[in-house]
Amino acid sequence: MSRTSAKRPKGREMFALGNEAVAEGALIAGCTFYGGYPITPSSEIMEIMARELPRRESGVFLQMEDEIASLGAVIGASLAGRKAMTATSGPGFSLMQEHIGYACMAETPLVVVDVMRGGPSTGLPTSPAQGDVQQARWGTHGDHPIIVLSASNVQECLEMTVTSFNMAEKYRTPVILLLDEITAHTREKIFVPEPDEFAIFNRTVPAMPPEWYKPFEETVRGVPPMPPLGSGYRFHTTGLTHDVNGFPTQRPDEIEDLMLRLFRKIDQFYPDIQLVDDHQCEDAEIIVVAYGSVARSARLGVDMARESGVKAGLVSLRTLFPFPRNPLIQRLGAARAVIVPEMNMGQISREVKRVASNRVQVRALNRIDGDIITPTQIYKAISQA
Amino acid sequence: MSHVTEIIHQYLRHNKKFPHVFCPGCGHGIVLGSLIRSVHELGLPKDDVAVVAGIGCSGRIAAYVDFNTIHSTHGRALTFATGVKMSNPKLHVICIMGDGDATAIGGNHLIHAARRNVSITALVLNNNIYGMTGGQCSPTTPEGASAMTTPYGQLEKAFDMVELGRAAGANYVARGSVFQANMLERFIRTAIERPGFGLVEILSPCYTQFGRKNHFKTPVDMYRWLKENAVPRESWEKMTEEKRRGRIPVGEFAINDAPGLEQRYAEMAARLKEEAER
Repeated sequence: MSRTSAKRPKGREMFALGNEAVAEGALIAGCTFYGGYPITPSSEIMEIMARELPRRESGVFLQMEDEIASLGAVIGASLAGRKAMTATSGPGFSLMQEHIGYACMAETPLVVVDVMRGGPSTGLPTSPAQGDVQQARWGTHGDHPIIVLSASNVQECLEMTVTSFNMAEKYRTPVILLLDEITAHTREKIFVPEPDEFAIFNRTVPAMPPEWYKPFEETVRGVPPMPPLGSGYRFHTTGLTHDVNGFPTQRPDEIEDLMLRLFRKIDQFYPDIQLVDDHQCEDAEIIVVAYGSVARSARLGVDMARESGVKAGLVSLRTLFPFPRNPLIQRLGAARAVIVPEMNMGQISREVKRVASNRVQVRALNRIDGDIITPTQIYKAISQA
Repeated sequence: MSHVTEIIHQYLRHNKKFPHVFCPGCGHGIVLGSLIRSVHELGLPKDDVAVVAGIGCSGRIAAYVDFNTIHSTHGRALTFATGVKMSNPKLHVICIMGDGDATAIGGNHLIHAARRNVSITALVLNNNIYGMTGGQCSPTTPEGASAMTTPYGQLEKAFDMVELGRAAGANYVARGSVFQANMLERFIRTAIERPGFGLVEILSPCYTQFGRKNHFKTPVDMYRWLKENAVPRESWEKMTEEKRRGRIPVGEFAINDAPGLEQRYAEMAARLKEEAER
């Protein structure tokens, strides 16, 4: 759904937590399977799915024995044709890395919501942080592409959950939605459009007869069609590097074909995947790049700066990976400095430096004490830039 | 071609690059044959069978059979299988795991799948060793046995998978061996047919990684050992403690009729629907 559409869509208002909006978004997107394990600060998502899914047509909810099992069950469900998800926080997200890799390799659409809390280890269960950003990108072993999205307020939690499912289905890939404790536990008024107001994408199923179907064959989009298990297309799925039939291979040409296709199916759709919002960027001399709840503080900080006569702007990232290089650079315009506030020691500022340090000065603003970055902090940083 | 071979050929994939990975003397091929004959005798359509395998020698079986097949991750086959079965209860879901796969890294998933009593047939191919990685000890390596990581003998006690499965709440628990292939076939068939979680431990020798290090001169010696020491449960129960030593009982150890989790879930969903319509 486009937020800029002139016509007000049909729907209802809701006073919701970020986590509740995620569950709402998942149900709108057509999620019919949830497998999870309780963990603060994500548990509300699981509780709502436990209440809602059994009451809905063919909805399945399962509480598994740990996070490894949760994502295993989600993969099984997705292979059986379901739109499936799980939600967790740092410690559980660490356990899920094994199966995120499997889902990349076996091209299994699914959504993992990671509500970030302070870490490492058990860390700060009820305090916000943004320490899992690079883990979301590189947490599972082996070279792989991945889509990591984020949301900065409760309304975006709803929208980005739908977007997560759409991208997972469209590109046959795991999608990670990174929230932080503040966004997940903020309660505010949101607008929930009717499900038919959203563009919902479902995975492509094969149109050819089963005997012609090659499960991992090259296609125009690089994404092979995916039939549900038991529909007459019997094929092999494996986490081993495989040929077009899905059988393990050691042949360099087949290995390269697979790996390049896995990357290309994401790479060639950057314009569709890399989502950013901007605020007051047109003439900005100082631009703040932020994501999650920090983007919300940053918006206020930027407005405070504007009031005091400083030309400040905000780029808030809805897509963290693949890192939105071009959308960001386009918005930098004539800026002389970029400030990247985040609740870690510089996980996205490193990306911003990588793509922009040749044209503008990039400064990190870090906070790791379990508290939020305030608008005043950001305003101060802008004033000093 | 014998009748049995003809049946097996109907169920093997013709687009798969053979030969298989099993060493000479390995028991896993006998399990593969037994599995195929079981499915054939039950008359299950290939489209209705999903095989979910773990990682290891046994895990490679999935790629050979012409069903819906998933080669999952090490120890996690049952978690994938649980997702598949709950998403599409019409599928007959068969898990193929090794002993290290199912009882070490996947031990937690095994007991919880049994506790949930979800209708999955779990075949654990127990060769007492990690074969594919080069012969390290597993939780079922017998006390005193030699392995690459127990060069001075295994100190730890071995898991009894039957007791484990029974205690965790599996509906059906059996132990068979590849020497008694007809009995094994019957166990697999029963496990597939019955509701709820079915655990079949299958004694399947690994000559390459276990036998050679543990005083078996040839693979045949390992099968001879099975013949003499895998004793039917009924005989085992009559044996003295002394006679039991070194022997393993085979047979059916639990046969219950509790409905599978997917069945109970469907009933709950139907009840909720009825309440909503009222």
